[in-house]
Amino acid sequence: MVQGQRAYAYTGGKPFDPALPCVVFVHGALNDHSVWTLLARWCAHHGYSALAVDQPGHGRSAGVPLPSVEALADWTVALLDAAGAQGVAAVVGHSMGSLIALEIAARAPLRVARLVMVGTAYPMKVSDALLNTARDAPLKAIDMVNAFSLSSMANKPSYPGPGMWLHGASRALMRRLQRAQTGTNLFHHDFSVCDSYARGMEAAAAVKCPVHFVLGRQDQMTSPKVTRDIAQALKARIHTLDCGHAIMQEQPDGMLQALQAALV
Amino acid sequence: MPGYSDPGFDTLALHAGSAPDPATGARAVPIHLTTSFVFQSSEHAASLFNMERSGHVYSRISNPTNAVLEERVAALEGGAGAIATASGQAALHLAVSTLAGAGQHIVASAALYGGSHNLLDYTLRRFGISTTFVPPGDLDAWRAAIRPETRLLFGETLGNPGLDVLDIPAVSAIAHEAGLPLLVDSTFTPPWLLKPFDHGADLLFHSATKFLSGHGTVVGGVLVDSGNFDWDASGRFPEIAQPYDGFHGMVFSEESTVGGFLLRARREGLRDFGACMSPHTAWLILQGIETLPLRMERHVANTRKVVQFLASQAMVQRVGYPELESHPDHALAQRLLPRGCGSVFSFDIKGTRQQGKAFIEALKLFSHLANVGDCRSLVIHPASTTHFRMDDAALARAGIGPGSIRLSIGLEDADDLIDDLKRALRAAEKAVA
Repeated sequence: MVQGQRAYAYTGGKPFDPALPCVVFVHGALNDHSVWTLLARWCAHHGYSALAVDQPGHGRSAGVPLPSVEALADWTVALLDAAGAQGVAAVVGHSMGSLIALEIAARAPLRVARLVMVGTAYPMKVSDALLNTARDAPLKAIDMVNAFSLSSMANKPSYPGPGMWLHGASRALMRRLQRAQTGTNLFHHDFSVCDSYARGMEAAAAVKCPVHFVLGRQDQMTSPKVTRDIAQALKARIHTLDCGHAIMQEQPDGMLQALQAALV
Repeated sequence: MPGYSDPGFDTLALHAGSAPDPATGARAVPIHLTTSFVFQSSEHAASLFNMERSGHVYSRISNPTNAVLEERVAALEGGAGAIATASGQAALHLAVSTLAGAGQHIVASAALYGGSHNLLDYTLRRFGISTTFVPPGDLDAWRAAIRPETRLLFGETLGNPGLDVLDIPAVSAIAHEAGLPLLVDSTFTPPWLLKPFDHGADLLFHSATKFLSGHGTVVGGVLVDSGNFDWDASGRFPEIAQPYDGFHGMVFSEESTVGGFLLRARREGLRDFGACMSPHTAWLILQGIETLPLRMERHVANTRKVVQFLASQAMVQRVGYPELESHPDHALAQRLLPRGCGSVFSFDIKGTRQQGKAFIEALKLFSHLANVGDCRSLVIHPASTTHFRMDDAALARAGIGPGSIRLSIGLEDADDLIDDLKRALRAAEKAVA
C-alpha cells in the first residue's frame, strides 16, 4: 500500500530484498512496468534489487492517475519507503518517467546514487495537435505516438523476445491501459503531465549524483536536440543509440550496456 | 527509417520484420540454417536462458529467419507477435495446449477442417481435453455450451468446406462475457481479406502452407496473439498469470502485459513439444507473403468468374460461396469480408457418386489433391478425403454432401479454368448415360 492505495512493482523474478542496492524503474506516459522487465530481471540477478513500478492508475497499481511529475515523484519515494529500500543504486526513468526520476533524485539527493534518464528532453512540450488528438480521439493519438516512437519496422532481437512485433505490442499495451481507466482519459492526462512540468532546471540544480542520458538517435518524441541545456545542467554522460523513442524495446542490449555503464 | 508512419498493408507485406542484413548487406532475408547461436560469454548465456536478454539460443525455440516471418504475419494481422510452427495443426495444438489441460473444455464450431475435428474430438479427448461442437451460426448454442471448465472458443473464419462465415463480433462477445478468449483459424482468409482482431478475436492461426506461402511448396503454421486478452482479469489462466515452476517461477503476464500468452507458448509449448518451423520453410513463406496482396486480388477475381460460371450450369445443384445471395451467410460476409470471400468453395453436382468421380477425373488443369491456397487450381472430394473420418451426421452438420466438390481457385487465366470445368461437367453428364 502506498498513499492508501494498492501499489505494484515488478521485482525482476526474485523476491524484493531491501538490503540490496535497489534500481528503480519509472515508466513513461501510457506505459507500465513491462517496458522494463528485461533490465529489471538482469538487475535482480546481478546483485541488485529491482522495482519497476506501475504508477497509480496504470496497470496493476490502483488509484487515480496523479496530477504532476512532482506528485509522481513523491509517490515513488513513498513506495521505496513502503518497500523498505535502504539504498537506491539508480533511478531509471523513460520519457515522462525520466522527469519523475529527475524529481526523485532532486528530492532525495542523499538517497539516490545514480540518475539515468532515457528518451528524455526538457522542457517536454507536447504539440497542441497531439494534445488535442489525445483529448478528442485517443485511439488515433495512440497510433500517432506509436508511429513516432518506433524508428524501424525491424527491431532486433525484439522485445521481450523474438517474434514480437513492437508496433503491435506497443499499441496493444497503450490501448489496454487507456481502456482500463474508465474515469480518466489517461493518454491525455499523461501527456498533459509531461507538457506542464516546469521545474526541470530547478530540480537539476538539486541533483547531487552522477547522471546518464540514454537517447535515441532517431527519436521523434524527445529529440536529442532538445536535451542540451538540461544535459549541461546535470553534467550528464550521454549514450546515444541507433533507435527511436522506444529505446528499451528497440535496443534492449544497447540499453543494458548503458545501464551497466551507469551502475559502475 | 525516421519519419515513416502508418505503413500500409502492401508495405508491411514486404518490409515488416526485416531490414538489410547488418553483417553482409544482404537485402533479402537471409536463411539462418543453424541449430544454435554462439554465446558471447557464460554470463551472456545465463542471461539469455533467464530471459534477462532477448535473443536466440536454439532454433527449436527461436530463429532469426523465423522471427522475421513471425513479425511480418503479426504486423499484417494487427497483432502483438507470433510464433511460427511446423504446420497449421501444430499452431492449433500449441494454442490449445498453452491454455487447456486435462479436465478442461473447448467450445468449437462444428464446421471445421477434418484434421482440426480429429484433433479436438479424438486426440485431445485422449489427453483429457473435451470439446463441444456447435453450429457456427447458432449463437445461443455457443453460449449454452460454455462450462466452468471451458478455456477456449474456437472456429474457422470461413468454415471448411461450406464457407460458414463466423460471426466474429458476436462469438467474441460471448467469449469475453465468460472471461474466455476466441481463437480463429484464419487460413481461408489471409489478412488481405479479413483481420479477425479488428472484429474481436483474441488469437488466430494460419496454416501458412496455404495462401501465405501460396505456392504449394512447404508446410507451416503461424500462431498470432492480438495482445488484447487480459489473462489476469479472466482469472481462468494460472498457466499465464501465476508462477510457472517449469520456467524459473515466471509469471508470464507479469513479464509482458500483452505478450504473456506468446511467452508461455514459446517457453513451454515450443520448447517441450518441439513442433518448430524450419528456417528454410520460413523463408519460402516469406517469399510468398511478399506477393500476398497481388495474389489475393487475382485469386478473388478468378473465383468470382468461376462461381458465376458454375452457378449458371444445369448440372450444378448448388454453389456455396458467401458472395452469392443464396448463401445463408451472405449478409454477414458482406459486412466482414468486403474484399471477397477467398478462393476456396464447394459446389454440388447433380447425379450419382459415380458422376462426381467422373467429373474430378476429367479435369486437366485442376489438380486433384489435398491442399488449398496454391497458385495452381485444385480440386478434391471432401467426403472421401479430408472429412472421410466423419460419419454422415457429422458430415451433414458440417454442410458436406456425398456429391460435394471443393475447389481452390488459382492464378491461371480464368477462361482456361472455366473451359476445364465445362469439359468435366460434360464428362459427368455422360457418365450417367
